[in-house]
Amino acid sequence: MSEFSSGTLTAKNIHLSFGSNHVLRGIDLHVPKGTTASVIGPSGSGKSTLLRVMNRLIEPDQGDIFLDDRSVLKDNPDELRRRIGMVFQQFNLFPHKTVVQNVSLALSKIRKMPKDQAHAKALEQLDLVGLKHKADARPGNLSGGQQQRVAIARALAMEPEVMFFDEATSALDPELVKGVLALMTDLSKGGMTMVVVTHEMGFSRNVSDTVTFMDGGVVVETGPPDQLFTEPKTDRLKGFLSDVL
Amino acid sequence: MDVLEQLAKTFLDWEAMAEVIPAMLTVGLPNTLILAVSSAFFGCVLGMILAVMGISRNPIPRWIARIYTDIFRGLPAILTILLIGLGLGPVVRILTGSTNPYPLGILALSLMAAAYIGEIFRSGIQSVESGQLEASRALGFSYSAAMVLIVIPQGIRRVLPALVNQLISLIKDSSLIYMLGLLASQREIFRIGNDQAATTGNLSPLVAAGLLYLCLTVPLTHLVNFMDKRMREGKTQKVEPDEAAAIIGKGH
Repeated sequence: MSEFSSGTLTAKNIHLSFGSNHVLRGIDLHVPKGTTASVIGPSGSGKSTLLRVMNRLIEPDQGDIFLDDRSVLKDNPDELRRRIGMVFQQFNLFPHKTVVQNVSLALSKIRKMPKDQAHAKALEQLDLVGLKHKADARPGNLSGGQQQRVAIARALAMEPEVMFFDEATSALDPELVKGVLALMTDLSKGGMTMVVVTHEMGFSRNVSDTVTFMDGGVVVETGPPDQLFTEPKTDRLKGFLSDVL
Repeated sequence: MDVLEQLAKTFLDWEAMAEVIPAMLTVGLPNTLILAVSSAFFGCVLGMILAVMGISRNPIPRWIARIYTDIFRGLPAILTILLIGLGLGPVVRILTGSTNPYPLGILALSLMAAAYIGEIFRSGIQSVESGQLEASRALGFSYSAAMVLIVIPQGIRRVLPALVNQLISLIKDSSLIYMLGLLASQREIFRIGNDQAATTGNLSPLVAAGLLYLCLTVPLTHLVNFMDKRMREGKTQKVEPDEAAAIIGKGH
């Protein structure tokens, strides 16, 4: 992978409630430039919500978010999201556009690149994920793994400083998971700052620099993967690991 | 046999039909199509505005759209046409000097169509998965850009069959314009059949009008069924196996 102009992402004391449901209860997360943080935990622990708060798809009730040590809560949220790429569990490709249009759309409409230049850059990105030959296909004609790789190319084309992965492999058939994980590993090794919400414990353990275990809207444990996976301190993490491993 | 002959004479008098068909095709058909297609067009434009107002996060446009829709869907078509055609006629005459009721007929049909089409568009837009808006916003698109570029085009596609149904309704409802008193050259299919039936005392011209309407609506009905089926089952799609190998070693 080419070099990335990655940034450092920090979330401080994030609180969020939906009505009476206190979903995030004071979350801190620090992801230094060029590192990969994986976030694990049971369903409903607030992992995916945390990602959406950190790129302000959902505004936090309390707390602050920093990109390269500057608070981004006062920025235009659209500007912030252009600096953070996001990949979803359900891919969310645009089904009415071709594969290459999926990647080039934001380049031409947001980055205001001329059409042919955006197209060329989109093809380049597709080549990086091994799908240049599918450029003119519709997303519906691609396998899940291919769709997710296009979604990654779509996010990367915007040259983000941070990438979010929200259970990027959970909707994939087992045999398709590998290709997507290989691509994510490449990105991580290439120096992209990444926050990866995942149920793939292998990835979390082998690729990420830090692992954060969330449960019930709080960070229960955080640290290097070896420490969390071999010497979990809390009963909650021990219980979770014995359920998933 | 007398009864059958009587019925045949009343409904299937070929000569009476042959007499009226040329005017029906040269005057009636174009007028019916102009009325239906132009009010479908204006109805779509106004309907899209209503749909966007209807899903607004601001309650004021939402309420305006709701009240408009309730009124124009809740009134009989003929009442709306009369109120608009006769009520606004004098105003238009004062403003423009025109006494032509034709544009007012189109206006009345468009206003009614917009109420239905607005609901069609709204349901289509709301049926698009929320992930589409989320993914667009995550890329950095504003709400309005995401709606215009991503969500609304998908919503429209899904409701195309319902829109064609609306066009069928408009073809039929355009006959109600006769209430506004049109010039001979402005008469649509029904009015021409009706006039001829009145002068000859024979219903065959109306049967001819009916047949002509069916020639328009039945193919459209089948188009709706075809589109519906196509959307449910999808085009037969070929999914190739994932070339996971292609990615490995290619990421550098």
